[in-house]
Amino acid sequence: MTREMTGAKMVVQALKDQGVDTVFGYPGGAVLPIYDEIFLQNDIRHILVRHEQGAVHAAEGYARSTGKPGVVLVTSGPGATNAVTGLTDALLDSIPLVVLTGQVPTFMIGSDAFQEADTVGITRPCTKHNWLVKETDKLAETLHEAFHVATSGRPGPVLIDIPKDVQFANGEYQPPKPAASAYQPQLKGDMEEITELVAALETAERPVFYTGGGVINSGPGASQLLRELVDATGIPITSTLMGLGSYPASGKNWLGMLGMHGLYEANMAMHGCDLLINVGARFDDRITGRLDAFSPNSKKAHIDIDPSSINKVVRVDIPIVGDVGHVLEDILKVWKSRGRKTNADAIATWQKQISDWRAIRCLDFKNSETTIKPQYALQRLEELTKGMDRYITTEVGQHQMWAAQYLGFEDPNRWMTSGGLGTMGYGTPASIGVQVAHPDALVVNVAGEASWLMNMQEMGTAVQYRLPVKQFILNNERLGMVRQWQELLHGERYSHSWSEALPDFVKLAEAFGAKGIICKDPKDLDDAIMEMIEYDGPVIFDCLVEKHENCFPMIPSGKAHNEMLLGEAETQGVIQSGGAVLV
Amino acid sequence: MSALHIKKGSTKHSAYNLRPNFSDVQERHTITILVENEPGVLARVIGLFSGRGYNIDSLTVAEVDHTGHLSRITIVTTGTPQVIEQIKAQLGRIVPVHDVTDLTVAGPSVERELAIVKVVGEGDKRVEALRLADIFRAKVVDSTLNSFIFEITGAPDKIDAFADLMRPLGLSKIARTGVAALLRGE
Repeated sequence: MTREMTGAKMVVQALKDQGVDTVFGYPGGAVLPIYDEIFLQNDIRHILVRHEQGAVHAAEGYARSTGKPGVVLVTSGPGATNAVTGLTDALLDSIPLVVLTGQVPTFMIGSDAFQEADTVGITRPCTKHNWLVKETDKLAETLHEAFHVATSGRPGPVLIDIPKDVQFANGEYQPPKPAASAYQPQLKGDMEEITELVAALETAERPVFYTGGGVINSGPGASQLLRELVDATGIPITSTLMGLGSYPASGKNWLGMLGMHGLYEANMAMHGCDLLINVGARFDDRITGRLDAFSPNSKKAHIDIDPSSINKVVRVDIPIVGDVGHVLEDILKVWKSRGRKTNADAIATWQKQISDWRAIRCLDFKNSETTIKPQYALQRLEELTKGMDRYITTEVGQHQMWAAQYLGFEDPNRWMTSGGLGTMGYGTPASIGVQVAHPDALVVNVAGEASWLMNMQEMGTAVQYRLPVKQFILNNERLGMVRQWQELLHGERYSHSWSEALPDFVKLAEAFGAKGIICKDPKDLDDAIMEMIEYDGPVIFDCLVEKHENCFPMIPSGKAHNEMLLGEAETQGVIQSGGAVLV
Repeated sequence: MSALHIKKGSTKHSAYNLRPNFSDVQERHTITILVENEPGVLARVIGLFSGRGYNIDSLTVAEVDHTGHLSRITIVTTGTPQVIEQIKAQLGRIVPVHDVTDLTVAGPSVERELAIVKVVGEGDKRVEALRLADIFRAKVVDSTLNSFIFEITGAPDKIDAFADLMRPLGLSKIARTGVAALLRGE
């Protein structure tokens, strides 16, 4: 069935046909025809953000908490360039987004017209793919292809640049045709490699699962299969920042997060294992530490849907290219058919070794009667919100690492954080995107005051759409992580790592029409957190915390997993010149 | 299909496993990429090389299938075995890339390049230039009383050798197309 309609109408029709219910956007000259079509319908809800970067992060929050692609609509020129940070963020974290940008009319492209930018040129390296559509007849097909590319294989952001004359002109609308695309990434893993992995798993003495965002991107089914495999084999499991929630934090085989600020037991298990099974992670530099000392005595298997991830930084022995869900299903099938064997005695000894490491209690910290420790604040938040229908977003920095350490995630899609790009200003708009998708859930953005200020304009969005997002700001009046590095690495010269003019967050909340809460006494904290949770509307919670707290455990740059720093003791000179150039 | 042929979406048979791991040896590889001939596809390929810090020694591109809108890009690149594997895998990720073949590992291949060479000179040098051009089977495509333009086709080292010989005889300008290459047989 084809129908003739304008390009602008086609955009809205294609979004409907793709099952889109929400668009995050900001109007402008080059997208007015599309905004006109949005005005004329009621199926798609448009959320007006306050800045285009906010639109993209909100769409990311929506996508990560639902598993559906996030959709963004912005104008040409500055609208598109403001979206670039969000696109890069989504690319590094493999988040499916479809971003629609307006463009000056085709006959003006290249003339340095008002609000013209080479959007496809600028966004080529920060999208999975992008298109400039010059004919209305090709628009519908391109829109459908965009959804297919964004969500197939390793997900990622795509962008369609639509000139204004293409929006006005008439063309034939094509409904979506599944399987029409030439882009069909491989989903099933190679059975030979899978069998080799199962054989290795049956005999391994010290195996460990190292899981990542790929498990979450593969869908809730993949998390289920992972849980079944882990619990049936009794193999300990750790996860990257991106993969938290795919295995429950309360599960008996859970080691906690690994990496630079990961748990002692998780990193020691990575260092000491004899079989490392990477499920949908990518050996990121935050995870591996010093590469030549990374998990030195293990056989390594790597399950990844992206062939370019295999052998990129760490050479693996058993590469399996495929979707995590499909591969885990086959692993379980093969393992069961071969008699559900494991090296149970050896694994019991291994688990014993791990519980010795766990007994170090690496997350213990020195609490205070008078000052709120950031770790304590997160412990209380966890205690008071555990079991609730809860979603957490974060900004970037110390608070982000503490949140990953002290909050427990029982399910996938509950934890939204900027992992790969480390984008300060991610959390507030992301929390808005999550709340739009889950209006009745508790959505908390764990923030630092510096990151939070980067996209605080989005509080206007929260108030406008009555989104009761809770902005839980651990306020140390410092750029905490920068300060920590300056202390460890730059002779305590705190160059520009604090702000001398912070706003009064309570007044700021009131100015936006939200509720402000301030808390500085540990004794008042529980009541204040409950007040935040119970308030029916957006809250800015200014939690004044210890100013010079450092985030531990920490693997200093250029060090190996077994060279972690556990606390304040002897941190001077730990990062040597070789590591100092690393970030 | 060769075991070393990197099919899009899968690199199970990696040439990586056949050579020393993470070796520091710089290897020169000729890679051909079949791409959908859509706007910006060359920019994507080149952007990948510049963005990830890979080398391009030579690059050619032209449409090879008008009805299927397919173009073939031939790239000669240098890198360690690990980098070469990454280049191929990264190329395979580009959405309009249909196929990536590493001719250097896939088997014997034919590599050809075309160059046009302007040689300015008089007297004996002019005669010698013409004689050498004949040996190299270069064609004269333009002539004045004191200059020639030769057209020469061959493997890149043949063209290098020809240019080296012409330099003392008055080589003034040279334009090269870069390498076009295909696998031998079937």
